[in-house]
Amino acid sequence: MASFLADAVVYLGAAVLCVPVAKRLGLGSVLGYLLAGVLIGPFLLGFIGEEGKDIMHFAEFGVVMMLFLVGLELEPALFWRMRRQVLGLGGAQVAITAGLLGAVAMAIGLPWQAGLAVGLALAMSSTAIALQSLKEKGLSHTAAGRCSFAVLLFQDIAVIPILALLPLLAAAAPVAAGGSWIEGLPGWQRTVVVLLAVGAIVGLGRTVVVPLLRVVARTRLRELFVASALLLVVGIALLMETVGLSPALGTFLAGVVLANSEYKHELESDLDPFKGLLLGLFFMAVGASINFPLIAERPALIVGATLLVMVAKAAVLLTIGRRAGLGTDQNLLFGAGLGQVGEFAFVLLAFIAQLGLLDGTWTDGLMAVTALSMTLTPVVMLFNDRVLLPRVGTTEAPGREADAVEERNRVIIAGFGHFGSTVGRLLRASGVQATLLDNDSDQVDLLRKLGFKVYYGDATRHDLLEAAGAHEAELLVCAIAPEAAPALVDTVHRHFPHLKVLVRSRNRMDAYELMDQGVLHIYRESLDTALRLGADVLRELGVRGHTAHRAALRFRTYDEDALKELAARRGDTQDYITGVRAAIAEQEELLRKDIGLDLDDHDHAWDSQELREGIAAAQRNTRTTG
Amino acid sequence: MPRVLVLFAHPRLERSRTNRALLKALPVSDRITLRDLYELYPDMQVDVNAEQDLLTAHDVVVLHHPFYWYSVPPLLKQYIDLVYAFGWAYGPGGTALRGKVQFHVVTTGGGPEAYTADGFHGHTLSEFLLPLKRTATLCGMRWAPPFAAQGTHRVGDAELERIAHRYGRMLHGWADGTLTLDRMAGTTDQHHLLTTPT
Repeated sequence: MASFLADAVVYLGAAVLCVPVAKRLGLGSVLGYLLAGVLIGPFLLGFIGEEGKDIMHFAEFGVVMMLFLVGLELEPALFWRMRRQVLGLGGAQVAITAGLLGAVAMAIGLPWQAGLAVGLALAMSSTAIALQSLKEKGLSHTAAGRCSFAVLLFQDIAVIPILALLPLLAAAAPVAAGGSWIEGLPGWQRTVVVLLAVGAIVGLGRTVVVPLLRVVARTRLRELFVASALLLVVGIALLMETVGLSPALGTFLAGVVLANSEYKHELESDLDPFKGLLLGLFFMAVGASINFPLIAERPALIVGATLLVMVAKAAVLLTIGRRAGLGTDQNLLFGAGLGQVGEFAFVLLAFIAQLGLLDGTWTDGLMAVTALSMTLTPVVMLFNDRVLLPRVGTTEAPGREADAVEERNRVIIAGFGHFGSTVGRLLRASGVQATLLDNDSDQVDLLRKLGFKVYYGDATRHDLLEAAGAHEAELLVCAIAPEAAPALVDTVHRHFPHLKVLVRSRNRMDAYELMDQGVLHIYRESLDTALRLGADVLRELGVRGHTAHRAALRFRTYDEDALKELAARRGDTQDYITGVRAAIAEQEELLRKDIGLDLDDHDHAWDSQELREGIAAAQRNTRTTG
Repeated sequence: MPRVLVLFAHPRLERSRTNRALLKALPVSDRITLRDLYELYPDMQVDVNAEQDLLTAHDVVVLHHPFYWYSVPPLLKQYIDLVYAFGWAYGPGGTALRGKVQFHVVTTGGGPEAYTADGFHGHTLSEFLLPLKRTATLCGMRWAPPFAAQGTHRVGDAELERIAHRYGRMLHGWADGTLTLDRMAGTTDQHHLLTTPT
């Protein structure tokens, strides 16, 4: 117990120390966690893990949990909608990368089976790192973001057939001695076992787990539901380990199966608080498992191999991206984002070692390569952002014609997506020129062609804002991804306090955060549209147009007031209620409050029933008194 | 044959017994067009081109509205401000409305006796409508003495029915040419839509 608590303190402490520092330095949270792992790992400070065993234990559970969530988010419908991108881009990436790296492995003397296995393992990219960095930069919806997602989706799915394929390769390779009971089986039988286990999880998931969750859900005990979700994950992990298969694969499959069920969102929101922490844990474990003695022994070999792998992967990605029609910027982002070897490689390499396809030195070395490449990814992205893109890609500042008078605009619009562009079009139609900031290079190129003054890059950076004329501007419209808005507000408050900021927020929860930051002009994108739709529903039901219109306007005032009121009281509860539950509790309170609301109040018109009654009553009085 | 355009403006028709009854009595005719302004423009964004086209196509413009603070409701004022445009309705080249009749049909809470020099309000309906009369005159329109349904706070159901019926007949009269300005000559304020209830 004491040692568990000590471990927990070390992990949490390192994270709390390193992640904010890394974020401050603009390195991103992933690198922060990795550095924290390196710091506390057995090869640096040695706070935890006797020779890495404990850590790998932790890491494995991190991977297991994460793959469950990855599986849960893998909607078959989404896959179907993106099938051409997924199969085309993803298939090409995995096949070409595996072939290329496999050939290299064979060239340095590995048998073809081992070469192919290594190639497939190294072809995997890190879903967690790539998607998280894209999301942090607000680039998920750019062309590069969509292509990255497609490739990662394919890789996630490809793991399953690859895991089934590896025993076949092992059967063809010279067999080494092993521990698990499937080791004793001939190759084809092992493949059968893998397929059976996969089938069992899919079958049992449909017939047993979902009905079981239904029973649990009916008890209406939230913690019981969380407990069953965890039981499911841990149980499957244990089962798979007993059979001698990868627990990560099992839980991933369970996630995919449950993604189809009606409990998908409930599972997601229940496990959501665990997710961030587990990802952090996973990255720390990766950092801690970097085998520094091995690297120290042959540093040139490991570093060289890492660079070779990353360059090869990036080259393949860039070629595919070009073929898919990505612009230079988007393509570089795509290549840099997916150039690392991912967490699935740990799973595959462990399985390869277990099957005896390769000996331990090889897999240890490759794991070091994987960890190192993951560590380098944020650095590569940073290099790409700060050095490469400004030179070869879309330029940060708009090009200036030689004789053009430098005209300062009074308005800056940060983020020119669907929301920002509507604001911008209204302004332009009204004769107001605004300076635009956007981080989607394709969009920026297009806008520049159309004669807009556009700055390209991350709008939360104060140097970019300064270049865009934040010192002279009066108003800043913040229409960037809602996750990034608080950072922008922060930058503005710190460096450009004179700027009046008008912020788009997604919902009530975002609005609270902005109110805490002291933003006065907050526009919830869900509010006005919903009220317009609601007013039209009233009209369709026969309510007069002007009455419905006024009801919607009055409701908006009322709702804005309610928001302020709730925000003021919110301080007491936000510490211990998670976001999802706070939202539900608040919805309930709002609905209760609405019961007493009368949108008709003070809107009598002159000849209303009330007026008639009032006059009649007054006349009766006159008659009786007179 | 003349064509009649009824510009009806009431922000809360669902609360107005009198105006609902009047509208119900509106004759169905291809020469009478009703524009329910508050229903058409709930957010007060008047479609100026469409309204100008309609005005051009009609001969008698009936402004049907409750009498709010001795004037028209805000949307009708907005309508006039936007649609009776410079260069179209008045000013150089502004001849689109020339020769048309502008005719107010108003509903008031107080009875006809209140709208006299000695009455509660101290002025006649026509006197209160002076700015609108000037507007019409400036645009070259001919002013018809207003009709009023009055005492709406007190009127009974049978009486209301009678008034509505007369409103309908009157619009018929404009549309088939039997009601003309000449015929109305000599009458000033025509409060006879409604007699004072006993």
